Amino acid sequence: MNLLLVVLLPFAGAALVAWAAHGHRHAAAWAAGGVTLASLAALAPSLGGAFAGAVTVWRLPWMPSVGLDLAFRLDGLAMLFALLILGIGVLIVIYARYYLSERDSMGRFYACMMLFMGSMLGVVLSENVIQLLIFWELTSLSSFLLISYWQHRADARNGARMALTVTGAGGLALLGGLLLLGEMAGSYELSVILAQGEAIRAHPLYVPMLALVLLGAFTKSAQFPFHIWLPNAMAAPTPVSAYLHSATMVKAGVFLLARLFPALSGTPEWSWLVGGAGLATLLVGAYFALFKHDLKGLLAYSTISHLGLITLLFGIGTPLAAVAGVFHIINHATFKASLFMAAGIIDHESGTRDMRKLNGLWQYMPYTATLAMVAAASMAGVPLFNGFLSKEMFFAEAVHRTAGLPGGWLLPAAVTLAGVFSVAYSLRFIHDVFFNGEPIDLPKTPHEPPRWMKVPVEVLVALCLLVGMLPALTVAPLLHVASAAVLGAEPPEYSLAIWHGFNAPLMMSLLALAGGVLVYAARRPLFAWYARMAGLIDAHAIYHRIVETLFALAAGVTRALDNGSLQRMLFVFVLFALAVGVHGFQSAQGPLSGARALLPVDGISVLATLGLIAATLMTVVLHRQRFVALIVIGVVGLVVSLIFVKFSAPDLALTQLSVEIVTIVLLLLALFFLPQRTPAESSAPRRWRDGALALAAGGGAGLLAWAVLTRPYDSIAGYFLANSVPGGGGSNVVNVILVDFRGFDTLGEITVLALAGIGIFALLEKLRLDAPVCDAQGRAWDWDMHPAIMASLTRLLLPLALLVSVFIFLRGHNLPGGGFIAGLVTAVALIMQYLANGVAWTHTRLPGNMHPMIGFGLLIATLTGVASFAFGHPFLTSAFTHVHGPLVGEFELASAMAFDLGVYLVVVGATLLILIHLGLLHDASHRPGAAGGEAR
Amino acid sequence: MEALIALIIATLTGSGVYLALRARTFPVVLGLTLLSYAVNLFLFVMGRLTVGEPPVIDAAAAGYADPLPQALVLTAIVIGFAMTAFVIVLALKARSELGSDHVDGREEA
Repeated sequence: MNLLLVVLLPFAGAALVAWAAHGHRHAAAWAAGGVTLASLAALAPSLGGAFAGAVTVWRLPWMPSVGLDLAFRLDGLAMLFALLILGIGVLIVIYARYYLSERDSMGRFYACMMLFMGSMLGVVLSENVIQLLIFWELTSLSSFLLISYWQHRADARNGARMALTVTGAGGLALLGGLLLLGEMAGSYELSVILAQGEAIRAHPLYVPMLALVLLGAFTKSAQFPFHIWLPNAMAAPTPVSAYLHSATMVKAGVFLLARLFPALSGTPEWSWLVGGAGLATLLVGAYFALFKHDLKGLLAYSTISHLGLITLLFGIGTPLAAVAGVFHIINHATFKASLFMAAGIIDHESGTRDMRKLNGLWQYMPYTATLAMVAAASMAGVPLFNGFLSKEMFFAEAVHRTAGLPGGWLLPAAVTLAGVFSVAYSLRFIHDVFFNGEPIDLPKTPHEPPRWMKVPVEVLVALCLLVGMLPALTVAPLLHVASAAVLGAEPPEYSLAIWHGFNAPLMMSLLALAGGVLVYAARRPLFAWYARMAGLIDAHAIYHRIVETLFALAAGVTRALDNGSLQRMLFVFVLFALAVGVHGFQSAQGPLSGARALLPVDGISVLATLGLIAATLMTVVLHRQRFVALIVIGVVGLVVSLIFVKFSAPDLALTQLSVEIVTIVLLLLALFFLPQRTPAESSAPRRWRDGALALAAGGGAGLLAWAVLTRPYDSIAGYFLANSVPGGGGSNVVNVILVDFRGFDTLGEITVLALAGIGIFALLEKLRLDAPVCDAQGRAWDWDMHPAIMASLTRLLLPLALLVSVFIFLRGHNLPGGGFIAGLVTAVALIMQYLANGVAWTHTRLPGNMHPMIGFGLLIATLTGVASFAFGHPFLTSAFTHVHGPLVGEFELASAMAFDLGVYLVVVGATLLILIHLGLLHDASHRPGAAGGEAR
Repeated sequence: MEALIALIIATLTGSGVYLALRARTFPVVLGLTLLSYAVNLFLFVMGRLTVGEPPVIDAAAAGYADPLPQALVLTAIVIGFAMTAFVIVLALKARSELGSDHVDGREEA
């Protein structure tokens, strides 16, 4: 339970923080700090168990049948990451409070940061991998908001977009990979997946799955060649960079490698893909870091390089390498966060991050310089600092893994080279900025930052030193449980001692230190050489070309399919449907006609069929004369309802009949504003083409109907027929299906109806249409006559009609009728008043606002469903009882009736809403003195 | 009898498709109306044709028509009405905003 709180608190906190910022800008910082500490406190009770090596899983079943639960997991690895996210989170909150200027919105910053923190916690604490992916995508989205925090700057927007594009694409690949993984393991739960390693690795789909999962991890962790987004993300405020690129965002990728290590590692594919990407990234990052003149650019590439190092360690795949990987995750988080913060301080206090201008800052900010030096020494892997320990383990594993292999010296040589560069750029960070002469044209005179801006850096630097000198007393227990969680077994023996004697790793470290100093000393010719080489391969240009090609492709496909013409699109659509249908017919076996006994034909049916066909064809032939076509199509609808009567569907016949009336009235109202005639504008070939397609489509539908109708079939109808009375308490099976068996569907359908009504209301709002003054023959367009006899008759008929609808409603459960039909009958009765008496007259007597009715209807229907929960039944379980009353005798009370009342109200409300507002539009269009307007 | 129904469905579908391919909004709405008749009928007869046996439980009944397609079609009819209404109002809105009742919002010569 508390794990859920750990994740949810930051999400809830985001809103709290945004709200707090309205009061005072610093209140947002306090709130953000409070939320982070609260989340940490929620985690605290579980820490003891996790340190003891226990795996806590908390689960809220949602759809257990398909393996979807809300499930959180706390083990050593998850705990390590949760502590990093929250611990460094607190420091970032403090730091950002002093970093952000008066112009920056504190509320937005901290709210986005809380969202991001919650998403990260969700990633590391998820037990279900689908759930993990959702949080994974949330980190992409919230980091987008953080990177683009300075929205007014184009580089921030572009950097954020690039990060989202690359990590979003990776997320998509990861989704595919995790789905495959879940299918292979038979479960989406990590507990099961991690125990199924052998089955997964032996699966024929192992390689595609691995490739997809690794794409997700590599894009997130900025592995070569996906690393290009990370330097551009430096456009973010420095607290964001310090957070995202030390402990969180980019660590999500290596977290995934570590998380799935027991299930996926141990194959040659894993070694080559993960190790290869890691090594390439390690070298590329270290190389470019040396040549960046921007302080944050240097740190960005160094981050890439260190992520490559961690990836390479997991790629090496031995248990000791995995331990070293986990250890370096901790160390990198501490020294890189402090270095980013130090860079932010320098930027903040001197106004630039350009190392060609920043020189000799030692005399202005010696204290900050000392802190930065410790962190940089750790980054370079100097003994006594924490980076040294994990780097030694890394060197040792690089030697150990390739010992005895042909070309086995290559990997140790490559990692030593990376070490050389790493020393060189760390040295540059320190020497260029704090020494190396005097500052050049600084925008501000640098000085030490405010006291509390340094505190987060101090804390982290102290950690670097403590871990570096006293590893056994500080980091050892955490490293042990986290490594055990990664390996899925007890970690091998390893020693965290600083001194291991003169061995290969120490030699490599010394070589790297000496080489680094030499490279740094030769920096001027090297920079000149780099300046000549730069531009040969421009990763950004390649990225932009890929993105532009994709956009052009998408635009081309869209243009090819949709040139903005509905006619063409419909034509293509029908043609495609036809092609699919033809294919279906062709590949079908057996004759067209089936063996079912056919019903005999009688004369009346033939006549009705001929009438319907004649009316349909007349609609088509006369469709230019709109009014005539509308009358004729009404005939079609009436014959269709007769078909329902003939073939034992009284409910359908009633519905069709009432809907027909409402539809014709609706179309008549609309025709008021549309041209009377359709101009003949299709060319003859086009008409022939459309006609041929229509003929083919009609023929296909007819053949299909024939093929189905002549075949015997088996249906689930038996269940409904057998259970309608005992289970649903009604003998009208159609109605019982609607309000009981499939009540949830009906709830969805009346919701759609309500939405359509409200959508139409919104469309009609502020709509002004002018009706023509006279028709084609010169007669006045609108007489607005309300014949006295008809008006009186409809007023008299109203109570009767309403009574009929009540009757139809009440009997609906047992005999044809029900909420839908009763609603339509009521609507027709009321619309008759409008037609016969005019909108103005009716409006004074009937409430025109139908929104409450629709709302009540939906509410009643939903509450009926929810009420079942109170009795411990699933949503929309119906109950019924028989009651004896005076006068009426025995009658039935069913909860389904309340549901049907909701249906009734929504149908009445939505139908009237649509027609009344169309009528009002009609009223408004000719009020200012149009012909006949005065006659009322 | 089955042949008659198949013929009706064929006519309604063909006519509906032809009208839906016209260039002005009103015939398109008429076409969609015809198409929804066709689709509703098609769905309905998936329960095969039964005469004189409505699905209302009665001790004296010899058999029942399949109630499930009927329930599906009943809501489909009502939703079809909502769709027709939405489309026709959309057509009115388009005419008001674009000054034309052409489906692509342009006046053709």
